[in-house]
Amino acid sequence: MMDTVGTILQWLIFLGMAFTSILASVLLITRKNPIHSALFLVLNFLCVAVIYLLLYSQFIAIIQVLVYAGAIVMLIVFVIMLLDLEEELRSRFRLFYSKVIGSALAVLFLFGLIYGLVATSPTGKTGGYTAEKMSANVKAVGEALFTQYLFPFEVVSILLVAAIIGAVILSKKKLS
Amino acid sequence: MTIPPVPPAFYLVLSGILFTIGVIGALTRRNAIVVFMCIELMLNSVNLSFITFSRFLQSIEGVLFAFFVIAVAAAEASVGLAIFVMLYRSRETINVDEVNLLKW
Repeated sequence: MMDTVGTILQWLIFLGMAFTSILASVLLITRKNPIHSALFLVLNFLCVAVIYLLLYSQFIAIIQVLVYAGAIVMLIVFVIMLLDLEEELRSRFRLFYSKVIGSALAVLFLFGLIYGLVATSPTGKTGGYTAEKMSANVKAVGEALFTQYLFPFEVVSILLVAAIIGAVILSKKKLS
Repeated sequence: MTIPPVPPAFYLVLSGILFTIGVIGALTRRNAIVVFMCIELMLNSVNLSFITFSRFLQSIEGVLFAFFVIAVAAAEASVGLAIFVMLYRSRETINVDEVNLLKW
């Protein structure tokens, strides 16, 4: 009985979050004002974070809210406010054939993807991280990150330092 | 009557739909910042499929890949937005149709 209630709740949360995130992303690409687009991007990221929680990935859900919805979108909003984008709002929407063809190809890609999913079920060797072990997600991620994946972790830290230096040098008033 | 849990194909279809919406937005919008947001949307949808496979194949690697993708997206955001600010300073626009010096 409790399992049935849990499964119904899981379906309800999944369907609600899926439709909200699709709606938010459609609104993101159709709004004229970039600030509205940024706010719909936040909504989309929060819905996907809830879906991560359904998939037993608390660590990635928290990182999603902190880094994506917090830091990256805040940076985007700051840049939108720094730049004067009035003329972007006034420019009228022109439909080019290249856009139509590109969108049609993207939709075709989606159909191919769905066909691939329906035709074959995703297979692979299952690992040792069962649902019980994944519920201690942060500990498992930390253990794997600092033992087996230590080198990629260090490379990512170097990449972040390079990005910080690059951003500072690019934003300087004069390149001398 | 028992209800099955949400199958992995649903999560993957959601990820594909979000990716396609991101592609359409990046192709049709001309404001560089909106194009950038669409690219973030695409990265996020790929993260969703990584996490789905990590959950249903019971492996931790998908979570770690998603972590690295988020780190790379943060680096990309800082450099990309700095480029937009510099572009606006020199050209007074960030419309990608008007920034075509490298286009042949």
